[in-house]
Amino acid sequence: MFLVIGSNMTEAHPVASTFLKNAVFNGAQLIVFDPRKHKLCDIATLHLPLKVGSDIALLNALMHVLISEDIYDHKFVEFCTVGFDELKAKVMNYPPERVADICGIDAGIIRDTARRLAAVKPVMVCYTLGITEHTCGRNNVLSVANLQMLLGNMGLECGGVNPLRGQNNVQGACDMGALPNVFPGYQSVTDAAIREKFAQAWGVNDLPEQPGLMIPQMLEGLVTRQVRGFYIFGENLANTEPDIRKVEHELASAEFIVCQDIFETETTRFAHVVFPAAAWSENDGTFTSSERRVNRVRTASAPPGLAKPNWWIFKQIAQRMGHDWPSDSAQEIWDNEVSVLAPSYMGIKYTRLENNGLQWPCPNEDHPGTCYLHQNGEFTCGLGRFNAVDWTPPAEVPDGEYPLVLSTGRRLYHYHTRTQTGRCQGLNDLLGEETADISLQDASAMGIEQGEKIRVKSRRGEVTVKARVTPEVQPGMVWMAFHFRENCSNWLTNPAFDPVTLTAEYKACAVRIEKL
Amino acid sequence: MAMVKMTIDGRDVAAPEGSTILQAAKSVGIRIPTLCYHERLKPIGSCGLCIVEVDGSATPVAACETPVRDGMEVVTSSDRLFCMRQEVLKSILVHHPLDCPICDKAGECLLQDLVYEHGVTGVEAPAPSAKFRNGYATAFLRSWPERCVLCFRCVAACTEIQGHFALSTVEGPDGSPLVAYDESKCVSCGECIQLCPTGALVEKKSERRWRNWEVEQKVRTTCPYCGVGCQQLLHVKNGRIVKVSGVEGAEPNQGRLCVKGRYGFDFIYSEERLKTPLIRENGRFREASFDEALDLVAGRFKKIIAESGSDAIAGVSCARSINEDSYQMQKLFRAVIGTNNIDHCART
Repeated sequence: MFLVIGSNMTEAHPVASTFLKNAVFNGAQLIVFDPRKHKLCDIATLHLPLKVGSDIALLNALMHVLISEDIYDHKFVEFCTVGFDELKAKVMNYPPERVADICGIDAGIIRDTARRLAAVKPVMVCYTLGITEHTCGRNNVLSVANLQMLLGNMGLECGGVNPLRGQNNVQGACDMGALPNVFPGYQSVTDAAIREKFAQAWGVNDLPEQPGLMIPQMLEGLVTRQVRGFYIFGENLANTEPDIRKVEHELASAEFIVCQDIFETETTRFAHVVFPAAAWSENDGTFTSSERRVNRVRTASAPPGLAKPNWWIFKQIAQRMGHDWPSDSAQEIWDNEVSVLAPSYMGIKYTRLENNGLQWPCPNEDHPGTCYLHQNGEFTCGLGRFNAVDWTPPAEVPDGEYPLVLSTGRRLYHYHTRTQTGRCQGLNDLLGEETADISLQDASAMGIEQGEKIRVKSRRGEVTVKARVTPEVQPGMVWMAFHFRENCSNWLTNPAFDPVTLTAEYKACAVRIEKL
Repeated sequence: MAMVKMTIDGRDVAAPEGSTILQAAKSVGIRIPTLCYHERLKPIGSCGLCIVEVDGSATPVAACETPVRDGMEVVTSSDRLFCMRQEVLKSILVHHPLDCPICDKAGECLLQDLVYEHGVTGVEAPAPSAKFRNGYATAFLRSWPERCVLCFRCVAACTEIQGHFALSTVEGPDGSPLVAYDESKCVSCGECIQLCPTGALVEKKSERRWRNWEVEQKVRTTCPYCGVGCQQLLHVKNGRIVKVSGVEGAEPNQGRLCVKGRYGFDFIYSEERLKTPLIRENGRFREASFDEALDLVAGRFKKIIAESGSDAIAGVSCARSINEDSYQMQKLFRAVIGTNNIDHCART
């Protein structure tokens, strides 16, 4: 059985969705929680079209049913977890009848769903940004983990909590320590012994111990001049961050911006220096996929003009700042540095990656890699910890002035801000412009025709965009993507962030639509 | 797993119960000619080419569909089978244009290879017929219905593998089956073209044309779009990618790709690529050498660190680029600049 939450797999992870579809056609059950009736709903056993941002309420209600009807996995909870009493106390405040009003799902359906989840093992949970891109994103993730531990679905093949990662190497960039609090392999910067290990390997006296800034703090630091130099590598922040006007103000305030990219973008307009970089098939290297699989990337052709591999550019800057780094190819960087310094990759060397790659953790060169985590219910921290959390509404909810909820995401035929797909022959023919997806009911009430240009307005900005009237979207909701600059959803989105992860609430803000 | 004992071409073979003669033969390296069969699809049984003799019976059976049985004696090659396969191929060629010289598939066409292998000659001038109820074209491929051999791999690819149901089998006017296409369900994934054994589906993505034997390299790599990590083969001619296909048998995608993975590769050849460092001067960019740009950046960073400390510099790494690039950037920030102000779009 699958439980897919906040994930439009057929568009955002199309190939993964084909395997899920195969399983469903072979008899697996599929339950979808999503405000939109996306394509997977057509083959789902059950689709719960919850209200945007009500996930925790629904998940807590499911756990309420599992505990009050005593159909949870006692053995797993007893032997592999801690914190059950706190969880129980918390979810007892979420009876399905109360939650029905919050999430718009009938109490009977919530009970039925809980019983179905308890009746099958394992259940695999897949989620995507519908879970994380909320001001309660971290708590959403904890809730999903709570549910899977309560059901005893952790540490099993075809079980677990599986975030489908949006970018080809977002997993890898995390693994490599492009995060303000950890070195490669998730080794904490606050741990003196770890800092000493890296300082020695990198030939420096000491390394900074304070966790650094996250992206929203960096952008705000540009305005206050707390951040004077800003290096943007391969990101189009001017289109991807919430509230474009705010972001562009921040970028325009910067004292010194370096961009490193393969194209001029809306973001490079703010740069003082731009480095031309080698792209995907012009590199030798590795990507790490959602399933922690380190895969090889290989060169098919040379980069244009003077463009250089990114690692080479960083090495040259280091050299000019007094540091000579020995590694002189991606393979040398991986084999001699990454896999030596990060215990999870010690067994991963380029010679072992010729075919299907390896899934970390892979602690030694005889290790076959790890297909799924927490085997036998053994968690990294020992016992799995229930983290009881309360539901909180989105930072901005509809009101009289802005009566609709805008939620955002990706579409099949383009990728993010189209720097790549917009330059691929044919893809623009398949999707040439943005639309605002609205419900049949709202369209009819406002007299909006299919394809009619409308205005979508939030407290941050407004865009003119074609209406796409569709049964996928529930009444009271507008759905848009961020592929096209002119009517990018991020002119409208709310720069409100999860307090811990600083992930923006791309999935919920208040808007109104107007006829032109 | 229970095994059955049998012989194939006189060799003793042990095969798992429930497997087919074709699988059992393959497991000991005996090749049976096939056309409609594909490893990733359930047996279709439309072509009649994989016929074998069982227990001396006069009526051969299809190896792809016939399960193994204890004591079974299988013959995969004989003069009689060879002639029957020749007849099967002739019956296909009657309705298949012999336009191999202009067919994109020439050189890696399964039909061409089988006809060559079986020495089929003396075929009368064919009367090609369209085997699709409606020919179709997407942004990336178009059908050539006369070249279809009605193997129905494309239909199975679209339904069984990708689950789109844009292609289906329908009854033609004379009662024989045809391929039908429903544009509203097609998402241009191209699984149909990857599994088509002939030139009935042809690429139209690249303006450049190439013969299959001119592809000097097929480079295995990883898709640059979402986080699934699909394995691709880049078909390279004259140092340029002309086509992308899925790597058969590879984890995690087992040959499958989506529309972006298969057709979203040519951005790398865009004329708009950045080709030289740029430095802003008087509000405009001017081209610069790497040395000049690197000196400027290193100098400016050193000045900022001296005046305001290391934490006055911050960086965002790239979730699209290789691991080694992100490693290198965080090392630059931590070991050289001296700050942990390094992040990327990890949580979005």
